[in-house]
Amino acid sequence: MGDKNIRLKIKRQENAASEPYWEEFVVPYTPGHNIISVLMEIQRNPVNSKGDKTTPVVWECNCLEEICGACTMLINGQVRQACSALVDTIGTDITLEPMSKFPTVRDLHVDRQAMFEALKKVTAWIPIDGTYDMGEGPRMAPKDQEEGYRLAKCMTCGCCMEACPQFNSHSTFLGPSPIAQVRLFNLHPTGAMHRRDRLETLMGEGGIAQCGNAQNCVRMCPKEVPITKTLAELNKDVNRYGILGLLKK
Amino acid sequence: MATKNMYTFFLRRLHSITGVLPIGAFLAEHFFTNSFAMFGPEVYNSKVEFFMGLPYILMIEIALIWIPILFHGVYGFYIIYTGDASAFRYRFARNWMYVLQRVTGIIAFLFICYHVYATRISGLVTGQHVSFELVQRSLQNPAILAFYILGIVSASYHLGNGLFGFFITWGITIGEKTQKVASVFCVLVSAGLTVFGLAALSYFV
Repeated sequence: MGDKNIRLKIKRQENAASEPYWEEFVVPYTPGHNIISVLMEIQRNPVNSKGDKTTPVVWECNCLEEICGACTMLINGQVRQACSALVDTIGTDITLEPMSKFPTVRDLHVDRQAMFEALKKVTAWIPIDGTYDMGEGPRMAPKDQEEGYRLAKCMTCGCCMEACPQFNSHSTFLGPSPIAQVRLFNLHPTGAMHRRDRLETLMGEGGIAQCGNAQNCVRMCPKEVPITKTLAELNKDVNRYGILGLLKK
Repeated sequence: MATKNMYTFFLRRLHSITGVLPIGAFLAEHFFTNSFAMFGPEVYNSKVEFFMGLPYILMIEIALIWIPILFHGVYGFYIIYTGDASAFRYRFARNWMYVLQRVTGIIAFLFICYHVYATRISGLVTGQHVSFELVQRSLQNPAILAFYILGIVSASYHLGNGLFGFFITWGITIGEKTQKVASVFCVLVSAGLTVFGLAALSYFV
């Protein structure tokens, strides 16, 4: 077993402006590796498969337990977290690429700012700051809490965005996850005070109408956020608010 | 917040409605009317005479068929442009159906353009409108027959699968189970329409 190796093909890029290129690495196999620990091996000894000394591969990671989303990348062509991708499960021939829908910073490190901008656009928080103490918020039904919890599991990793055919450079679509978050904050009794604003944003450019129902988002979500169900629910809300709202004008 | 551009939203919703009403309804009606061909050329031609003799027929056609199809088709091309096919990377049934919806949309639109020209616009120009014999003669060309089969299959799939999206867009099918039932229903609609359309075609061959 000593001569078993892990072969890695990694799509690398010096900086945001430079051209990407492929580099191959060979890391000796030991049981229990995940993609992060393999990348750490490369970091320790940055020599490619030809034996040339190279720069260590750059990636992002943080929690190492699939809860933060920072290490999201394409592993054998599929978007997922590197920390929960175990070599013993996926095999020893591995291709790594940065996510394609976000600008690359360097190597496997991408800039996911677009997701946070989208969350800002849809008011994905509950504004409670005032000049005086606003007191306790209203109580929330346990059923609504449960639904909210499922949506709150979103870690903004970008898997749904990467797999979504409607989120790309020639579309203004905000993407599945930021749109689904609207439901979380509209569900909350205090958050519901800004319900109309959020629904209006979803009716605006890049909003919910640009969903193409390919449903890759829900299939690729590592946290099992019920994205498609939530979007269908929001479709109903938006139609009721937007289209029936026309009759009130 | 009133300054938001909601133009895309309403166009998309209009695109969704027009696909079912009037276009979807017309497709089913069209297959039905053409099935009169099973009773022979005289019956079929008398039905054509009946429709051509309806008051305001050209206006009805323009308002309820031509404009909706033109809008649905042209805006559909724009929707295709805003997407990125990823079915080879993420091989899920729904993702394939997303791609097929766009492919069949293009085929159906091109077919409808040809079909409307050959059976309607050319008749308006020459003054001799469509008849059983005219359709039968053109279908003797195997290329035209193949185009008709492709057009019918594409339009049938596009309407059936389009209904799946329609139900979601209008917030009718929300939960996972409901959507599963809807997807079976929509496959049956596609299959049913395909058989219905091809049967109508077969009476001319």
